[in-house]
Amino acid sequence: MKKENAIYVENLTKMFGDFTAVNNISFEVGKGEVFGFLGANGAGKTTAMKMLIGILKPTSGHAQVASFDVASQADEVKKSIGYMSQRFSLYNDLTIKENITFFGGIYGLKKSVIKEKTQELIDELGLKDEANKLVKSLPLGWKQKVAFSVSLLHNPRIIFLDEPTGGVDPITRRQFWEMIYREAHKGKTIFVTTHYMDEAEYCDRVSIMVEGKIEALDTPKNLKTQYKVDSMNQVFLKLARNIE
Amino acid sequence: MGIKVINISKTYDKIKALENISFEVKPGELFGLIGPDGAGKTTLFRILTTLLIADTGEATVAGYDVVQEYKSIRNHVGYMPGRFSLYQDLTVEENLNFFATIFGTTIEENYDLIKDIYVQIEPFKNRRAGKLSGGMKQKLALSCALIHKPKVLFLDEPTTGVDPVSRKEFWEMLKRLQKKNITILVSTPYMDEAELCDRIALITDGKILEIDTPEAIKSSFPKKIYRVKSSGTFQLIQDLGAYDKTHSAYPFGEYIHFTSTSTDFKAKDLVDFLKEKNHSNIEVMETDPTIEDTFMELSK
Repeated sequence: MKKENAIYVENLTKMFGDFTAVNNISFEVGKGEVFGFLGANGAGKTTAMKMLIGILKPTSGHAQVASFDVASQADEVKKSIGYMSQRFSLYNDLTIKENITFFGGIYGLKKSVIKEKTQELIDELGLKDEANKLVKSLPLGWKQKVAFSVSLLHNPRIIFLDEPTGGVDPITRRQFWEMIYREAHKGKTIFVTTHYMDEAEYCDRVSIMVEGKIEALDTPKNLKTQYKVDSMNQVFLKLARNIE
Repeated sequence: MGIKVINISKTYDKIKALENISFEVKPGELFGLIGPDGAGKTTLFRILTTLLIADTGEATVAGYDVVQEYKSIRNHVGYMPGRFSLYQDLTVEENLNFFATIFGTTIEENYDLIKDIYVQIEPFKNRRAGKLSGGMKQKLALSCALIHKPKVLFLDEPTTGVDPVSRKEFWEMLKRLQKKNITILVSTPYMDEAELCDRIALITDGKILEIDTPEAIKSSFPKKIYRVKSSGTFQLIQDLGAYDKTHSAYPFGEYIHFTSTSTDFKAKDLVDFLKEKNHSNIEVMETDPTIEDTFMELSK
């Protein structure tokens, strides 16, 4: 089951005691794909994501990320992916520059490379005047854009984004998605969770998890056709309601 | 007996959190403060619930002054802060009992008001609050905020990070509470929730951009909006960004919402431009503005 530069999941399961948080899920994500991983709170998204980024051992089943096994080659997985979330992104008490240097060091980049990347990143984001300011003084939307760029420092093949745009203003939210598109265009694979259903429409394909299982997986267009509705929001409501 | 805010300002160090904010919430109204993180919503909530004093300006809640009569306000308002702030080590029932006792009442006395919400978490009444799921915590927090039968209810981002199904249920609960004569001020970063309020204030960077009914705010949008689609979304965004007649082009689900700088703009102009740029399956159609369109236009 060796697959190149993508995500491959087969019968992945995670149990906590008697509770099955992730129940036998299987799917694949192609190279350069923007894959939306949706579900209600408590559906098992976070648990599944933790297994894929190599920080939680599956109870059974397999998963390969960037062609490494998440259980036996977790360290290799971590080197091949970028990760950012809404809850933890950057250190508030460090400046933008210091954050970049710090994460560059964590990823084991050479000093000269870090210096070069720092300049590149600050120019790209147009943050010259803010580079030496503490991260906590930035608006959330900017923080998230910087965090996304930082997660790309070590040139990962796959990027995991856990609710990257929650609470972000509508204009910055869209700029953030343009950054996502740009990276996908360059061939990076994007795995993203969101509660904004308009963002679900920006994905190439989406899966919807309900109570530990993947209940639907297709392009937004096909899902809307299948459930005979005209928005992803309605698809989501229909799926989660029908289960009750 | 609703809420009255007159010229409120608040500054932290050098940051202006609120600048000259004024608005009124009528008794029994469901009023929404719509704006992103950092807009000043929480500062405003803290001032109105008497936890913070404004630098300048005045405000009354349920007829009481937020500074002079802060003790009366505390007896008459319910406040659900953005961050979960109940006692994690107390059970569901203990938390509710605690808040009822603090306000000199009992669960039984006002059970009618919280019944709808509380029955959903009652099966877990012996579970510690810290062990509840996000959705259940939210319901417990709302029950605790309601247990003393407040006249005014303050809800600071009750649905942030909550999935669409739970959000929809939460708003249905709010509509039912409103019928029981409770004035509600609720904040949210989700623009689609604005449609469910009687009136809304759009707020960003400490300033109010607009106050009106959702319908009036939408119809005040100054330009014609076209929804645009073609086979390559990424290319479409790039090309619309570079088009000399573009005023704005924002992704909205599967479409891009486009407005033009030119007043005599025709859909055909855009179709021709996109054909020239080698797009296929081009779709350009006039569409109605949403709250989010208006918000972006005003904060541009």
